[in-house]
Amino acid sequence: MPETDLLVTIAGEADILSARQRGKEIARTSGFSLGDQAVIAVAISEIARNILLYAKRGEVRFDVVNDGGRSALVIVASDRGPGISDLELALQEGYSTSGGLGLGLPGARRLMDDFEIESQKGRGTTITMRKWRRNA
Amino acid sequence: MAKDDRAAGAGTRAAELANVSVESTVALLRELVAHLRQQRTVLREEWARRITEARLLTAMSEEEVFAEATSVYDNYVEALETGTFEALQAYARDLSERIIPRGVETHEVVGIVLLLRDVLARSLFAKYREDFAKLNRILDAYEPAANSIANTVAVGFVQERERVIRQQQEAIRELSTPVLQVRERLLILPIIGVIDPQRARQLTEQLLRAIRTNRAKVVVIDITGVAAMDKAVANHLVQTVEASRLLGATVIVTGLSPEIAQTLVTIGVDLSEMATVGDLQGGIEEAERLLGYKVTDLHEMTQPQPS
Amino acid sequence: MQVPILKQGSNLIASIQSSLTDTDLCQLRDALVEQVGRFRAKGLIVDVTALDVMDSFAVRTLRDLAHMTRLRGAETVIVGIQPEVAFAMVQLGLMLKGIVTALDLEEGLAFLDARSRAGDGHA
Repeated sequence: MPETDLLVTIAGEADILSARQRGKEIARTSGFSLGDQAVIAVAISEIARNILLYAKRGEVRFDVVNDGGRSALVIVASDRGPGISDLELALQEGYSTSGGLGLGLPGARRLMDDFEIESQKGRGTTITMRKWRRNA
Repeated sequence: MAKDDRAAGAGTRAAELANVSVESTVALLRELVAHLRQQRTVLREEWARRITEARLLTAMSEEEVFAEATSVYDNYVEALETGTFEALQAYARDLSERIIPRGVETHEVVGIVLLLRDVLARSLFAKYREDFAKLNRILDAYEPAANSIANTVAVGFVQERERVIRQQQEAIRELSTPVLQVRERLLILPIIGVIDPQRARQLTEQLLRAIRTNRAKVVVIDITGVAAMDKAVANHLVQTVEASRLLGATVIVTGLSPEIAQTLVTIGVDLSEMATVGDLQGGIEEAERLLGYKVTDLHEMTQPQPS
Repeated sequence: MQVPILKQGSNLIASIQSSLTDTDLCQLRDALVEQVGRFRAKGLIVDVTALDVMDSFAVRTLRDLAHMTRLRGAETVIVGIQPEVAFAMVQLGLMLKGIVTALDLEEGLAFLDARSRAGDGHA
C-alpha cells in the first residue's frame, strides 16, 4: 500500500470524514466484517473530532499488522495540542448521561479492542487503538 | 611513520574491498537475472517436469501447469531483478484465487516454489562450477532473494486460503442459525446452546439484516435453549434489543430463566423496560397481538357454523 | 443545501444524500426547525439511509432536532438507520431515548399518520 494512503491530516471538518472513510476502506480490504467497519469508522470519527476541537491540527495514521495469524488494524491519532491534563477524568464513562460536549475517548475506547493514550500537558496527545479481525 | 602508512594502506584496502563487495551484490544479481532470462525455456521445462514428477498440481492439466509455470517464472525473475515484491504479491494473490477453487493445497504451492528455487540454484551450480568463489558470491546474492520470494508466494497463498475458509465458515454459520419469518413482519430467532461473544455478534448482525430485509416490526428472541449467559453476552442481548429498536422493530424476549434474569439485573438492565414473556408460544401470541392479528381460538373454528 | 426537503401534507421529509460534516449537520438541523415552524408541519421524517457512519455528534444533533421540533408541535421520526450503523451506535453507548425511529420512509409515514389520526380523535 502506498505510504500516502496510510496517513490523513486533520485540519478541518472534512478531514474527519476523510479519515473515517479511509479507515473504513482499509478495514474492508483487510477483511473486516461490515459491522466492524462501521465500528472502526465511528471510533475514528470520535478521535478525529477531538483532535480538531482541542488541538486544531493533527494526524491519523493507519497500519495493518499481523501477529501469528491474526490481523489487526492499528490507528494512531496524534496531535501537538495542549494535551489532556487529567486523563482519568477524560476517560470516564460519562457519555450517555452528559449529552454535552464530552470527549469522544470513552466511546472510542469501548468500540476498539485495544486502546492506549499518551498525553502530556503542553506537548500533545497520541492515541493508539487496535481492532483485531475476527478469524472465522 | 612507515607503520602508520601501512596501517593506513590496509584501512584503505579494506574500505575498497567493502565498496567492491557492495557493488558486487547488485552486479551479481544482474548477472544472475540475465542468465535466468537466457535459460528461460530450458529451466521452465525442467521445472514443469519436476512438478509433474513430484505429483504436484495434479488438479491441473499439463497445459495449465506449463502456463502457470511460465507466469510464475517470469514474475520470479522480475522480483529478483527489481528487488520489489509488489507485482509478485499481486500475482500470488491472483494465482491463489484461481487455484484454490481447483483444490490446490498449501503444500503444493510451497512445493512448486521450492522446486523452482532448486532448479534455478542447480543451473547456477552448473554455470559457475569452474569458479567456486564466484559461485559462492552468486549464491550469497541469490539465496536471500529466493527465500523472500518463496515466503511471499507461500504467505500470499495461505492468506487467500484463510480468507476463503473464513467465508465458508461464515456461510455455514448463517445456515445454522436461521432467523425465521413466521408471519409477515414477524421474525423469530430461537437461540440454542452455548453462545460466545463471537456467535452473539454474528447473530445480532444476521437479525438486524433480517429485520431490514423482511421489514419486520416484531422480533421474538427465544432463549429457552440457552443454559447460561455471562455478563458480556447478556450485554450483547441488550444491545441487540436496542439496535433492533433503532430499525423500528419491537423485541420480545422469551424463555428467560431466573438465572439469566438475575444476570441481566446485575449488569443494570431494567427488566421492566424489556418486553419478556415466559415461553415462545406466549411470545408469538403477544407479537401477533402487537401486529394486530386476530388470534382465533381453535375451539371456535371447529364448531359448526350456523347456516 | 444538499439535503432535499419535501413537503407532503402536513409532513416534511428530509433525505440525506451523503455524509455530512458537522457544520452541514448543524445547518440542516436549523433549516429543518425553521421550516417546521414556517409550514406548521406536524411531522418530520429524516431519512438517514445514506449515512454509513453515525457518530456521537450526528446522534446529538438529531436528538436536538427532535427536541426542537417537538417544541414547535411536530414529531420527528428518524428512518433508514442501516443495520451496521445501528449496531455500532449501541456499542458506542449512544442513547436515542425519546427519539422515534422507524425502518424506512413508509413506516415513518405510517407512524405519523396513525399518530395524527389518534390526535384527531380527541376533542
